Amino acid sequence: MNHIALLLENQPGALSRVIGLFSQRGYNIDSLSVAPTQDETLSRLTMTIGEEGADINQILKQLYKLVDVVMVQNLSEVDSLAMELALIKLKKSKFDVQKILQDISLENEILDEKEDFTIFKVLGDTKVIEELLAILKKEEFLEVTRSGTLGVTRGSESLATNDQTKISYD
Amino acid sequence: MTKEMTSGGEALIKALADENVEIMFGYPGGAALHIYDAIYQQNRVQHILVRHEQAATHAADGYARATGRPGVCLVTSGPGATNAITGIATAYMDSIPLVVISGQVANHLIGTDAFQETDMMGISRPIVKHSFLVQKAEDIPVIVKKAFHIATTGRPGPVVIDVPKNLTDPNEKFEYKFPSDLYLRSFALYDKADTSDIEKAAKLLTEAERPVIYAGGGAINANAAAEVFKLGKLMGCPVTNTLMGLGVYPASDEQFIGMLGMHGTYEANMVMHEADLIMAVGARFDDRITNNPNKFGLQAKKIHIDSDPSSIDKIIDVDLAMTGNAKEVIAQINNQLEKMNFDSSKFQPWMQKALKWRKEHGLNHDMLNQESKSDIILPQQVIQSAYKATGGKAYVTSDVGQHQMFAAQYYHFNEPRKWINSGGLGTMGFGLPAAMGVKFAFPDETVACITGEGSIQMCIQELSTCGQYGLPIKIINLNNRALGMVKQWQDMQYGGRYSSISYEDSLPDFIKLAESYGHVGMKVEKLSELNDAMEECFSLKDKLVFLDVYVDPDEHVYPMLKAGGDMSEMYLSKTIKTFE
Ligand SMILES: Cc1ncc(C[n+]2csc(CCOP(=O)(O)OP(=O)(O)O)c2C)c(N)n1
Ligand SMILES: [Mg+2]
Repeated sequence: MNHIALLLENQPGALSRVIGLFSQRGYNIDSLSVAPTQDETLSRLTMTIGEEGADINQILKQLYKLVDVVMVQNLSEVDSLAMELALIKLKKSKFDVQKILQDISLENEILDEKEDFTIFKVLGDTKVIEELLAILKKEEFLEVTRSGTLGVTRGSESLATNDQTKISYD
Repeated sequence: MTKEMTSGGEALIKALADENVEIMFGYPGGAALHIYDAIYQQNRVQHILVRHEQAATHAADGYARATGRPGVCLVTSGPGATNAITGIATAYMDSIPLVVISGQVANHLIGTDAFQETDMMGISRPIVKHSFLVQKAEDIPVIVKKAFHIATTGRPGPVVIDVPKNLTDPNEKFEYKFPSDLYLRSFALYDKADTSDIEKAAKLLTEAERPVIYAGGGAINANAAAEVFKLGKLMGCPVTNTLMGLGVYPASDEQFIGMLGMHGTYEANMVMHEADLIMAVGARFDDRITNNPNKFGLQAKKIHIDSDPSSIDKIIDVDLAMTGNAKEVIAQINNQLEKMNFDSSKFQPWMQKALKWRKEHGLNHDMLNQESKSDIILPQQVIQSAYKATGGKAYVTSDVGQHQMFAAQYYHFNEPRKWINSGGLGTMGFGLPAAMGVKFAFPDETVACITGEGSIQMCIQELSTCGQYGLPIKIINLNNRALGMVKQWQDMQYGGRYSSISYEDSLPDFIKLAESYGHVGMKVEKLSELNDAMEECFSLKDKLVFLDVYVDPDEHVYPMLKAGGDMSEMYLSKTIKTFE
């Protein structure tokens, strides 16, 4: 499992270049999250590539080659944090959701509940979320939505937006 | 200084002129009309009207390949833009700097399925180095400047600028400012290599027993011919060029062992197979070179010099990679070899072995003088005759098929940028418009388009453009009355089942066709008449001549690598092959 962090110019078509690269080059992507950053000219992406045997170096190089990609880093190669949020809506049954949630090492909270459904959130490691979903599979899901993994390096350094390259002409 | 007020359309053309663009190729239409009006009112940039947008891109591409400067074209939205796609993909695959400007429907109409609206950013995305959708007219000069910078630096490639019509409105003026500096975030360029890598490279090169230099189109793009030649001389080892690299090392030099790969020479493919060191310069281990990558260069250490880091370790893992500009890096290596006082006679025995291979199964470059009972012309003889008539000095463009391979094999290219063909995409229809681009760049040079009767019909309409602008190109049509290369594969792999490769009864009379456009048409069917016709064709300096040469329809291109095999496994003729 590789988590890749990427800073992208906030330009028309920029995101489609990143996504297009994956289909164009035959790479599989397990999850992708995109959101604005504190710098309004940039978006930040985290991508998860789970496929075994994927040539991660080649993928990183191809991503970095895109003019709109400002910085890319494989978080899995450095000391980093990764987590995911899932919102789960279940049909009410004899099934004890509370009990299950107590037993699992995910931050969780029931957000809404009526006679016929429960909505709760879980936050934590992607693998553990997937284990939980496997258990819940026996129950009737109404809906599951997941954020995709988000990641950041530990320590004080950041995924630097290296300074603009100035190109001068005479 | 007085402020200069321009419309978006005027700013676009002015910015091109400020980028030193002298010529552009294009075709007008609704969304580009404001731009065309701006073109009309100035004389710094000449606009060439082609007959199909595909030809505009190929002409700009041919211009770029011959000059090393970026080619520029202009098309309208919708069908204009989609017609340009084949040419953009052609340039992308061969890393050719192009700036393609496409008109787009007005901003407020984008997304409404407006008349002639097409998502050019989306459609062109996988085949461009980068693209811009203009959002504010004032941004046009900066975008133009960025587009040229991106297209021409590092590994070159095509850049699209999509311009909504309302942003070129002649009534909306703003102050024109051409930027003197450019800011690009994270646009990494690599020039020189680390000294320690240079030392490693020199060590690998000089400690090898059987080295080979394998140079491709990237070496031409980097203008590294002089450096590659010097490296060859310092090493005294065999040098081979890819289809895209022909001319970067002079074909007439004794160390040159010809083109390698699918239809490479016996000696080049054998040298690659037996080498213990392969030095790739601006070449990307494409599948038409390596044959089966799992069986490629198993005895060899590999050094790879490329301007694009993603080309390295993509297909073949190498022992030493140097990301950089080939000209700079080779110059560094040459310095190091000179410092070491390396004695190039070390590789004499290996060089002799290559020459022995050539003696055994090399190409016959003297087929014009060979005794022949019949008067049937072989396609190889046409190339040899054209070489003779031009003294090897012509710019030669080509299309795709057997004729292309024969031209690559038999016309000796002694200089870079003189052999102009679509190697990566293999685009039939490229040859004639590319020749127009070359002719515009070098009006006083001889420009020949070596084509086939299949390919030439894919952009035949450009005979009209050639008439309009008086372009005396020489079209040498190797007419085998079939899609020869497809037919060859059907002969070799499909039991001679000729599926959809012939049109003999419906071929046009190319002579009359050429004449109807105001050109000269000539037909040759007999070997005994070939040289005279060729001489005459090239002697008509101010005429476009369409020389229609009937060639043996049963000839195959050899050598040919065995599918899935290694580089030593070749068919050498219809009856001889190197493998069981
Ligand atoms: C646009 C395009 N369509 C199809 C092909 C596939 N193709 C490769 S070579 C060839 C035959 C070319 O025929 P011709 O131009 O007569 O050349 P010959 O091989 O006969 O010399 C074809 C159809 C191609 N390369 N490009
Ligand atoms: Mg043909």
